[in-house]
Amino acid sequence: MKYQSQSVAKLYFIAAIALFVAQILFGLIMGLQYVIGDFLFPHIPFNVARMVHTNALIVWLLMGFMGAAYYLVPEEAETELHSPKLAVALFWIFLAAAGATVAAYLLVNYATLAHITGNELLPTMGREFLEQPTITKIGIVVVVLGFLFNIGMTILKGRKTSINLVLMLGLVGLAVFFLFAFYNPDNLVLDKYYWWFVVHLWVEGVWELILGAILAFVLIKVTGVDREVIEKWLYLIIAMALISGILGTGHHFYWIGTPAYWQTIGSIFSALEPIPFFMMTLFAFNMVNQRRREHPNKAATLWALGTSVMAFLGAGVWGFLHTLAPVNYFTHGTQITAAHGHMAFYGAYVMIVITMISYAMPLIRGRAAANSMKSQVVEMWSFWLMTVSMIFITLFLTGAGILQVWLQRYSDAPQAFMVVQEKIALFYWMREFAGLVFLIGLVIYIVSFFIEGEEATVS
Amino acid sequence: MSGAFTKSTARNIFYGGSVFFLLMLIALTFDTMGTLPERDHRENITEQVAMGKKVWEDNNCIGCHTLMGEGAYFAPELANVYDRFGKSKEAIMGFIMSRPAEGVPGRRSMPQFNLSQEELEAVAEFLKWVSEIDDENWPPNIQG
Ligand code: HEC
Ligand code: HEM
Ligand code: HEM
Ligand SMILES: [Fe+2]
Repeated sequence: MKYQSQSVAKLYFIAAIALFVAQILFGLIMGLQYVIGDFLFPHIPFNVARMVHTNALIVWLLMGFMGAAYYLVPEEAETELHSPKLAVALFWIFLAAAGATVAAYLLVNYATLAHITGNELLPTMGREFLEQPTITKIGIVVVVLGFLFNIGMTILKGRKTSINLVLMLGLVGLAVFFLFAFYNPDNLVLDKYYWWFVVHLWVEGVWELILGAILAFVLIKVTGVDREVIEKWLYLIIAMALISGILGTGHHFYWIGTPAYWQTIGSIFSALEPIPFFMMTLFAFNMVNQRRREHPNKAATLWALGTSVMAFLGAGVWGFLHTLAPVNYFTHGTQITAAHGHMAFYGAYVMIVITMISYAMPLIRGRAAANSMKSQVVEMWSFWLMTVSMIFITLFLTGAGILQVWLQRYSDAPQAFMVVQEKIALFYWMREFAGLVFLIGLVIYIVSFFIEGEEATVS
Repeated sequence: MSGAFTKSTARNIFYGGSVFFLLMLIALTFDTMGTLPERDHRENITEQVAMGKKVWEDNNCIGCHTLMGEGAYFAPELANVYDRFGKSKEAIMGFIMSRPAEGVPGRRSMPQFNLSQEELEAVAEFLKWVSEIDDENWPPNIQG
């Protein structure tokens, strides 16, 4: 660690991992409710568990991005963070808001929560991923603005690298597109149209800039490849991401009341969206092959390579699977969507945050370059356990999805939703089992932080 | 990745491409906004429909159901439930009203929301309005 202020990232990383655990526990609860319908009912109905699962995910990824930025930006800018105090204060505000919101989901009836937080005044609640009370959303905006100010000032006073600029652009985009969360007209079609400006333009737009910037940073560090080369790749990747991804939004405008021309535009442009993800895979492997140094942090390198592959599989391959309008007509809103959502989020955003944690945490904790080999071996075990079980979760959900599409949508005698769900229960049991392995992987990941030993060096 | 193709070329492609396609999205959004009124039959969004959307949101129905294919995949699609229930708002209201508070043993359960008569009618009217949006004949069949 070159600058003292980079250490504020630690708080963010710890909270991110804690929320990750909460996310997975509620995922497992839902997985069980899929097969034992009344499990925990009416205390934790499915929708409540789902809000906790998805909102914890989003919040911990945001925390991870912020931690990553607090670590990365000063190092790139070659200066201390503008205000470490502000970063710490915003952390506690963010954590308190997130904690209070999750507690409220679990303890207060949702309609009551909507009422007491004044949802009538500016109704924004009750939409997928945007379930947070309006006041929590405002809190998120305040925290993000303070955060952007802090890293923006740091960049301004320091060296301006492409990685910093791209990261900043991605984070500003994240903030700007989140503002669409406050637009919720009575007309459901308009509501849905602009809802995607948050959801799609995040994960298939500006977040890819954040992903690319973090990946580029870690690759420079672990491979020692020339910055000019890495930054050229970065620009090409994000160019393809936005060229394909912006109009790719159209793949959500097929069946929600929007004009039919979106079927053509959405299909064409979203079919190009795997390209930037494939470039990321080439990028990561090429840079590691051309490395100019042996970095002792093998685990971080593994995560960096892993995220490039899994993002391509989850977003690129599983996205392409259902993105063409004639296919999507049958797969829209089925377990196929869930399969893709899981692997894409895990491969692209969970793994990039862990990549950064894996690279930065040892340095923040005072190691010269990396954890002990013993600790790294355990961490790499957790990599394989989580990643392989996520592959299986995806495969089981895909199996469930194909059967669901066949039985409920495609065959000559379509059957009712609930009937079909019972017929494919075996796949949900297998998903739940894979989920348990995922949890074990996560526990082992956490254990790896507590394994001491002599620091690894290059042999 | 060599020769004349430099980092600044790549950067220019990025800025040029992004700005161009962002403008395209804005243009198409304007066009979409112009054509939507014929498709979403917004003239039928009465106060009751608007209230129904509020009831829908305040009870987080989307946390279990899909609506036009978006949402959660735990419970039936509801954009066409009005058709599935024989174009009967009463049937929809009856279903929502009759959910046992303790759930159905062993079966995926829907909560008892204790909606008022006014809220029940509003949410049913909302689902009726949704079922009449021109959504390119989605879902493929009545089962949703
Ligand atoms: C905790 C999950 C959950 C929530 C929240 C929920 N539902 Fe349901 N809903 C279900 C389940 C499960 C079924 C299927 C019940 C069955 O077949 O036994 C269902 C069925 C229905 C049906 C009948 C669909 C059919 O085709 O048979 C309607 C109508 C409905 N729900 C409306 C609503 C409305 C309106 C709300 C919000 C006020 C809502 N639901 C919230 C779980 C939920
Ligand atoms: C890392 C990037 C990505 C993430 C995190 C991601 C995540 C998701 C999630 C969570 C959903 C479900 C949204 C909902 O609840 O309705 C979704 C839907 C979808 N995604 Fe992605 N996605 C990514 C990239 C892609 C790419 C590159 C493609 C196309 C090639 C794609 C195609 C689709 C399609 C077509 C849907 C709609 C599914 C439906 O009709 O139900 N996604 N995505
Ligand atoms: C232990 C493993 C997990 C289990 C058992 C699990 C289970 C579930 C279930 C049951 C749903 C709800 C599906 C529905 O709407 O009907 C869900 C949704 C979701 N989960 Fe998980 N999950 C797990 C891990 C994860 C991980 C690691 C991630 C992040 C990478 C994740 C991201 C999501 C997302 C984005 C959604 C919304 C999907 C959509 O709308 O398409 N889950 N999960
Ligand atoms: Fe998308």
